Amino acid sequence: MSSHASNAHEMDHGSVRSYLVGFVLSVVLTALPFWAIMTGQFEKSTAIPLVVTMAVIQVIVHLKYFLHLDFTPAGKANTFTFLFTALIIVMVVGLSVWIIYSANAMMMY
Amino acid sequence: MNTMTEAAYLADKTNWQADDHAHHDTGDNTIFGFWIYLMTDCLLFASVFATYAVLFMNTAGGVSGRDIFELDYVAIETAALLLSSITYGFAMIGAHKQNRATTLGWLLVTFALGAVFIGMEVNEFHHLIAEGNGPSRSAFLSSFFALVGMHGLHVTAGLIWMAVMMLEVVKRGLGNQTVTRLSCLSLFWHFLDIVWVCVFSVVYLMGVL
Repeated sequence: MSSHASNAHEMDHGSVRSYLVGFVLSVVLTALPFWAIMTGQFEKSTAIPLVVTMAVIQVIVHLKYFLHLDFTPAGKANTFTFLFTALIIVMVVGLSVWIIYSANAMMMY
Repeated sequence: MNTMTEAAYLADKTNWQADDHAHHDTGDNTIFGFWIYLMTDCLLFASVFATYAVLFMNTAGGVSGRDIFELDYVAIETAALLLSSITYGFAMIGAHKQNRATTLGWLLVTFALGAVFIGMEVNEFHHLIAEGNGPSRSAFLSSFFALVGMHGLHVTAGLIWMAVMMLEVVKRGLGNQTVTRLSCLSLFWHFLDIVWVCVFSVVYLMGVL
C-alpha cells in the first residue's frame, strides 16, 4: 500500500501525540474531582455539579482522542450512532430518575 | 512474453485490488458492526445506572456509600484503567505500523494493568461480602454489585480476549484480519474506560458526599 494510505490510516487511528493529549486531559479531569471530594473542599451543592461536569467533559475527551469519533465522511456513521444512543440513554436514565424521585417525594406526604 | 507479463500484471492488479477492497470494506464493516454492538451494551449499562440511581438510597438500615467506599483505593483502580487505555493506544499504533514486538509489548502492559484493576475490584468485593455487606444485604448493595460487577465482568472478558489476541499476533503476525480484531478490542477497551468514568463519578465520588 502507498504511504498516502498509511498516513490516512494514522489519522483514523490516532498518533502518539493525540493519545498523549487525550491521556493528559483525562488525568486532569479525573484528578480534579477526586481532589475536590477527598479534601472536602466544597459544599454538596457545588461538588455534585463539579463532578458531573468533569465526567461529561472526560467522556467527550475519551470519545474524541481514544475512540476517534469525528464528523468526517468516514467517521460520521459512528458519531451519529453514538449521538442517537446518547439520546436514548438520557431518556432512559433521566426519565426513570425523574419518575421515581417524584414518586418518592409524593409518598412522603 | 509480452502478453504473459501483461496477464501477470493484470492478475496481480486484480489481486491487489481485491485485497485492498477486502481490507477496507470487510474490515470497516466489521468495526462498524462492533460499534453498534457497543452502543447496545451502552444501553444495558444505562439501564443498570438508572437502577442504581433509583435504589441507592434504600440501605435497609445497613451501610451506605459513605461507610464503605475508600476513595484512595478507587483512585488507584482508576489510575490503572486510565493508563491501560493509553497503553492500548500505543499497541494499536504498533499494529498499524506492522511492528509485532511493539504491539505485543504494549498489549502485555495493558493486560497487566487490566489485571491489577480486576484484582483490586475482586479484593474490594471480597472484603464487603466478608463483612456481611454482600449483595443480598440491601437494595443499595444489590444495585452496587450489579453495576460495578457488570463493568468488572466486561473488563474480565476484555482480558480473556486480549490474551487470545496476543496468541494470535504471536502465531499469525499482523494480517488485516488480526488488525481488524485488534481494532474491535480497542473500541471495547476504551468504551469500558468511559463506563468506568461514569462509575467512579456517580457511584464512588457522589456516594461519599
